[in-house]
Amino acid sequence: MLQGTDLRIARQGRQILQGVSLESEPGRITALIGPNGAGKSTLLHLLSGALSPDRGVVALEGRSLSDWSHGDLARRRAVLPQSSELSFPFRALEVVLMGRSAHSGRSSREHDLDVALAALAEVDAAHLAERVYPTLSGGERQRVHLARVMAQIWPEPGEERARYLLLDEPTNNLDLAHQHRLLAFARRLAQQGVGVLAVLHDPNLAALYGDRIVLLVDGRVQIEGAVETVLTESEVEKAFDLRVAIQRHPSRNCPQLVPI
Amino acid sequence: MAVAATSETAGFLHSRATRARLALLLLAGGLTAAFLLSVGIGAVAISPLQVLSIVLERTGIASMSAHDPMQEAVLVSIRLPRACLAILVGAALAVAGAALQGLFRNPLADPGLIGVSTGAALAAALVIVLGGSLSLGLSTGLRALLLPLAAFLGGLVTTLLVYRIASRDGRTEVATMLLAGIALNAMAGAAIGVLIFVSDDQALRDLNFWLLGSLGGVTWNSLLMAAPLMLVPMLAIPLLARPLNGLLLGEVEALHLGFNIERVKRFVVLLAALAVGASVALTGVIGFVGLVVPHLVRLTLGPDHRQLLPASLLLGAALLLLADLLARTLVLPAELPIGILTSCVGGPFFLWLLLRRRGLGLW
Repeated sequence: MLQGTDLRIARQGRQILQGVSLESEPGRITALIGPNGAGKSTLLHLLSGALSPDRGVVALEGRSLSDWSHGDLARRRAVLPQSSELSFPFRALEVVLMGRSAHSGRSSREHDLDVALAALAEVDAAHLAERVYPTLSGGERQRVHLARVMAQIWPEPGEERARYLLLDEPTNNLDLAHQHRLLAFARRLAQQGVGVLAVLHDPNLAALYGDRIVLLVDGRVQIEGAVETVLTESEVEKAFDLRVAIQRHPSRNCPQLVPI
Repeated sequence: MAVAATSETAGFLHSRATRARLALLLLAGGLTAAFLLSVGIGAVAISPLQVLSIVLERTGIASMSAHDPMQEAVLVSIRLPRACLAILVGAALAVAGAALQGLFRNPLADPGLIGVSTGAALAAALVIVLGGSLSLGLSTGLRALLLPLAAFLGGLVTTLLVYRIASRDGRTEVATMLLAGIALNAMAGAAIGVLIFVSDDQALRDLNFWLLGSLGGVTWNSLLMAAPLMLVPMLAIPLLARPLNGLLLGEVEALHLGFNIERVKRFVVLLAALAVGASVALTGVIGFVGLVVPHLVRLTLGPDHRQLLPASLLLGAALLLLADLLARTLVLPAELPIGILTSCVGGPFFLWLLLRRRGLGLW
């Protein structure tokens, strides 16, 4: 389990998070939603170890992040960034192979290559392998990075360890179809036992793909729980200051918000 | 999950690796040729066979007697140390340039352009002028030690300064970095101007040498002293190829890939400053080698540091050997400062890069 307890952090004198506790369990998608400036990305940075909290602890499998070696941590959890500004002409396959960095010395070149190709195929991007990264479209780049992070935590035969994937607003800059395709991949990973934690802008996407939703407002958890519990008219109006009606998804029957 | 690599999909990786091996072989051959040309051409001509003869006799392996004593004297005390210096400095500048470009995630970072070389030159100039005109009571030996040390510290401080100024929230801004370089170059230039103003004739001559760059006048002693300072970074930086690749994705991404990014950054800055500082201490400011060489390599071998760094090392050494050969033979009997030569070639190349990047919409 990836667990943050009573996380607090201030930046430039402003309290961004004021005592947030949150956990991500294997096999489930936890969606983190909330208005702009609520502290969602900062919280993700704390959980990934890119930032250290002023107070509180982030623990993976019960051990504080600072007690993990860089490599051990990287083999258990990967982070998909919002966007990456790689401007050097690497091929897509080489970008995916970078995901195997933490396995260097433990895994053969051939195995790394197999994994990278399989990860690309998994996100329907096998045809992009030889393309030069800076020439890819936004959606294609995001798929290449998704393959990269999947290659990083690829299950090794005979090795049972929980794996976690953190997604930082992964659907930014993606068109409608790509947004859904990406989250469907995340869904598939969760079914394989990966604990997925995704910062999402759109509560409707969170309702469609999340198992649990955490609603963050002004650096505090306003409410968390099952989709039905969190996405109610009163909670959404309180968090976003927007009047909404809750409707039902025609086929999946989960709640969907419509502004009124 | 059982998976099998389709050999054709990964084909370009193999061809890239094969091409890299071939390129390294070619570059090593080119470096050898440049070396033989460089030690052979000049007022006293020495053929490769004669070079071999002198070396074999000197090392006591065999006596070929294919040379005369004049050739031996010229080769051993003038040409050889100079050629070794060119190899060391060219390789050090090129590797440092490639590593800094990776660190800054920007192909326009060059030790000269962003003020690192000038910072090192300023520190060296301080030692020359203050050590000379104020007679701090330094012995020649101590001064010879102090010089590279000062140049190294000057380079280190400037590298850290540029990095701090240009980085915000883990991102390095190109424009800020280049502007900071301009500012630091201008400030160091002004400080060097002051030093020129207060210096005596001897110090002036020395200073001129720093500012334009020259490989002339090197002795085995100074070479042997500075060689480790350049060899260590040159051989250590290529070991950081993988984390440097990861850094190109961004600092946070590299951290998540499992690299100890803070340590890598410290190492790169330290090693690059060491290489640049030591080379500036011996030869003055030689611009654009660190910019042009990694670029030429990237154009043919791609951006992977595992190939880029060793190839830059070889190409930098070969190009500086040839540049020095031109510098000392173009305007006989005088000698052209090599910094002028490299800037003549490097300046237009840099402009072309800027225009090309703009054309590709990268800015």
